[in-house]
Amino acid sequence: MRSILPILMRKEITQFRRSKVLPRLVVMMPIMLVLIMPLVTQMDIKNISVVVLDEDRSLLSTRIESHLANSDYFRTQESAYDYNQAVELMDQGHVDLIVSIPAHFERDMRNGHGQPISLTANAVNATKGGQGIQYATQTIISAVTEIAAESGLIVDPTSNSSSSLITIQNRYNPTGNYRHFMLPALMIIVLLLVCTFLPLLNIMTEKEHGTIEQINVTPVSRWEFVLAKLIPYWLLALVLIGLAMLLAWAVYGLVPAGNPLQIFLGAFLFSLCMSGFSVTIANISNTMQQAIFVLFFFVIQFMLLSGLFTPISSMPIWAQWLTYAFPPRYVINIFRSVYLKGTLLTELWFDYTMLTVLAAFFYTLATFTYKKQN
Amino acid sequence: MEKSPIISVRDLTKQFGSFTAVDHISFDVYRGEIFGFLGANGAGKTTAMRMLCGLSFPTAGTGTVVGYDVRTQSELIKRHIGYMSQRFSLYEDLTVAENMALYGGIYGMSQSDIQQRISELLTKLQFADHKDDLVSSLPLGWKQKLAFMVATIHRPELVFLDEPTGGVDPITRRQFWDLIRATAAEGTTIFVTTHYMDEAEFCNRITMMVDGVIRALDTPANLRKQYHADTMEQVFYTLAREAKRGD
Repeated sequence: MRSILPILMRKEITQFRRSKVLPRLVVMMPIMLVLIMPLVTQMDIKNISVVVLDEDRSLLSTRIESHLANSDYFRTQESAYDYNQAVELMDQGHVDLIVSIPAHFERDMRNGHGQPISLTANAVNATKGGQGIQYATQTIISAVTEIAAESGLIVDPTSNSSSSLITIQNRYNPTGNYRHFMLPALMIIVLLLVCTFLPLLNIMTEKEHGTIEQINVTPVSRWEFVLAKLIPYWLLALVLIGLAMLLAWAVYGLVPAGNPLQIFLGAFLFSLCMSGFSVTIANISNTMQQAIFVLFFFVIQFMLLSGLFTPISSMPIWAQWLTYAFPPRYVINIFRSVYLKGTLLTELWFDYTMLTVLAAFFYTLATFTYKKQN
Repeated sequence: MEKSPIISVRDLTKQFGSFTAVDHISFDVYRGEIFGFLGANGAGKTTAMRMLCGLSFPTAGTGTVVGYDVRTQSELIKRHIGYMSQRFSLYEDLTVAENMALYGGIYGMSQSDIQQRISELLTKLQFADHKDDLVSSLPLGWKQKLAFMVATIHRPELVFLDEPTGGVDPITRRQFWDLIRATAAEGTTIFVTTHYMDEAEFCNRITMMVDGVIRALDTPANLRKQYHADTMEQVFYTLAREAKRGD
């Protein structure tokens, strides 16, 4: 008997094309994620409200103030006449950072001793506080260096060690651009949604309409039936990744530092994992609501425990172990490494192997849970 | 009519936990007959039918359908039977012809055979003009007739119809039975469940299931005689009244 896979696949593709919502939504998804999400998931902190307490009133302190005022990161609307009042403003939440420049700061700096500038940050939002201090330090250093250069003064790096201490270098992502870090990960969200929700909705619709029962009384083997459903989604996933990569290049100029085929291989293995997982959930669910809720539960865990938003290395040890069981961890590592560092296939062997192992695992699970006869 | 059985079951039983849906039923269905399967709601008709089609695995008992064992060869049985479920189950978002071609393809028919069969069946239905209509746009009566035709696309030896005329108007019901008889006349065996006693009269033989067991099995005429009834309706009342199970 000739294979009926093409016949079943044609049915799936016709049904997908006739759907009013799905094709449009599926194309919209990578566009939304690539164009809009990098802007809103930005972790660069802006609009830090800063108060400068200038007791020095020197050329240098004025320069520091104007540097802060001209920076994108700071707002300098608030002012205070002394430290206590500034702290009060911080208590009320109007001020995030206090820069206090002690009297005779410029003179003392030339002599190579004296009181340093003190920075006080509101660390309720730890990220904002930390970033604020970092930006302020950099701004102050640049003002100091500027003045030093203008007046031919040599700032001794040993006596005033801040400049040598705080120069920060961002490796692999030279501009420290958060988008370049997020984009490869956002592409994975496209894959995650397309390869879990679409097969799940498809199978549950067939279950609820009773059409799957009609198929179950035919000689179609369960794997032909499921494969015919999944193959189109695998291909769709690869097309969408291609589209997302093109957009990332066109809009942000971001191209993989490594071989793009490695991205596609990772995407493909990940699609296998996720669709096997979603078929398993569809098999054990009785209603659409149940299936969607269960899938949602897992998708949220997948996103949070994948290193997508927060680095895995800063998770508690037990949570780090947990991430090894979830496929997104590997594919995110692959995408980021290939995109930003150009890591080779052989260096990422562990991630590719684990994705293959998990794909095999989910397929075995899906086979055991699919029942044509009960 | 030649008396070779196409379905032959002995003590077929299906239990769901402690509930026995079908309790040791035994019967034969002969090739070419229209076999009616009657019983109140919950009597176990659909469960029995699902075991014969290979959708449900029997808890106990033995049986063969089209010569294959219901316990071990259900996938072989599926090549030779047609099935029309109680719930309409064609793809609503495919056209009439696409649905037919899909099932033709699933049963391994060649492209030319499928095309020939589609025009043959649509002519029989007088429905050729609606070949490219989406199934979702059809009224229920047409959907049911179409589902029956799709169930016979691969010229099966045996077709199972589970309450095929539920919710259908009397004229369409009559047309539907004309189709059943025409199909039976071509040599296809029909196994049909129904609630309509006038339809029972169209069957060659009928069984009455009550609470998971077979209470009667004979021709409609013999059953009327046996229960001293004028109509099948009275036979049904006499037997179904014994039922302990509710709806």
